[in-house]
Amino acid sequence: MPLPSPDNGLPRLLPSEITPRAAFESRRVLLRQLAGGAAGTALAAWAGRQALADTALVQPPGRLAALPARRTAVAGGLSMEKLTAYKDATTYNNFYEFGTDKGDPVKNAATLKTRPWTVAVEGLVNKPRTFGIEELLKLSPQEERIYRLRCVEGWSMVIPWVGYSLAELIRRVEPQGSAKYVEFVTLADKPTMPGVNSRVLDWPYTEGLRMDEALHPLTLLAFGMYGEVLPNQNGAPVRLVVPWKYGFKSAKSIVKIRFVEKEPGTAWNKAAKNEYGFYSNVNPDVDHPRWSQATERRIGEDGLFAKRRKTLPFNGYEAQVGQLYAGMDLKKFY
Amino acid sequence: MAAVQGGRAAARGQWLLARWARPLLFTLCLAPLAWLVWGAAADRLGANPAEALIRALGDWTLRLLCLTLVVTPLRLALKVPALARFRRMLGLFTFFYALLHLLSYAWFDMGLEPGEIARDIAKRPFILVGMAAFALLTLLAATSFNRAMRWLGGRRWQQLHRGVYLIAVLAVLHFWWMRAGKNDFAEVLVYGALLAALLAARPLLRRRAGLQKG
Repeated sequence: MPLPSPDNGLPRLLPSEITPRAAFESRRVLLRQLAGGAAGTALAAWAGRQALADTALVQPPGRLAALPARRTAVAGGLSMEKLTAYKDATTYNNFYEFGTDKGDPVKNAATLKTRPWTVAVEGLVNKPRTFGIEELLKLSPQEERIYRLRCVEGWSMVIPWVGYSLAELIRRVEPQGSAKYVEFVTLADKPTMPGVNSRVLDWPYTEGLRMDEALHPLTLLAFGMYGEVLPNQNGAPVRLVVPWKYGFKSAKSIVKIRFVEKEPGTAWNKAAKNEYGFYSNVNPDVDHPRWSQATERRIGEDGLFAKRRKTLPFNGYEAQVGQLYAGMDLKKFY
Repeated sequence: MAAVQGGRAAARGQWLLARWARPLLFTLCLAPLAWLVWGAAADRLGANPAEALIRALGDWTLRLLCLTLVVTPLRLALKVPALARFRRMLGLFTFFYALLHLLSYAWFDMGLEPGEIARDIAKRPFILVGMAAFALLTLLAATSFNRAMRWLGGRRWQQLHRGVYLIAVLAVLHFWWMRAGKNDFAEVLVYGALLAALLAARPLLRRRAGLQKG
């Protein structure tokens, strides 16, 4: 893979802005030593707190319940790009269960009840079971991941999610050898979701991943964003985030996860087969039938006259996920 | 409208002939633009202001097209000939908003690059349809002046300007196609039904008014 050129959409950091690795690590060592008790227990407690604070990159906006997380160690999990403003990320949403206009979800999603909430995990697994949301929250340590999000409509954001790799959940239910795909079924509750009364999609919204995609460490089961629990309009209380695919692959407000043998139907694929493929990997070379995918508009970037930026293959995660598709014709399997 | 219904036939719509009527309409037609410019300046257009502007300008183009096409049926139904005075201004404002819609698309979406625009027209039928509607609209705007009217001759001018019906069809098709991928046709149906009703009303009203000629 050629090295990215300076204007292909990656951040233009000056070398002087990057903390030297040695300095960064020596700080950690110092904190560990302090916390280790060399300077007494009081100081250790203080240092421990500092070390914890140091793990999160994002200051919570103070709107919803905090969801503390540690900084992720997953490769590619921390984009250093400028974050999209919380206000933009929570008022510009595609969540058709609450309306088709991108301003609808924030207006209508207050009715969504996120407690109690359960996620049924079933199908070709040795340990099928239903998880309560509180149990899911504690299943594995929460991590902060800063991902680029690319919508099939040609806009993008940078969002700090909180959650853990979906693989953590999959590991615990022990999929059988015959399980080749994972299907995600999301809530379709007519009384609280006005959009479900429309016939825009075949409800409930379903999505799917191939097993190796679902097991990839970047595939995130997300419970929060910007250091807090997910706002309803962003898919509370639990959603998927698959950063190298178009946004609609990341199912919101999940109620069921099924392990299956055959490629599951997905909501958008069923609605418009020629426009939304099963894989839907971000690919500047494979246009949507009705528009180019070569460029994208980064939301909140430099105002009205900002030039669109070039779209990166796999949304910039090619180094991490490219091997999943080795030998596949990505034009055919778009 | 109460005044209109209350008045005698001869006096109907007399107030429409007042000196301030056209400047008032002119100002009203500029209001949406002023609102959008203010919104853009005050950062009140949401997370994606470029998209919001392009769409709002498209919406206003359609609305002004509806208003332009409502003049004749309304004139015939209410028997208020004075209404005809406003048709040209509404038509020209339709063109004005269509021009702004096109310019904002060309600038914000295509970076004012002719190559990109050409590729987009080839790629997306709905852009092609929109461009065709705009080309036709430009022709009508360019021949909307009295001198052009005289130069073409009344009959030919009228035939040319009946092209507005085709523009209405193309505009709805443009909108429908834009929304097709999202299966979200509620708004398209509103405009489609409105424009269809306005077009269908014309022959009916003309017949009723006894104005049907050969």
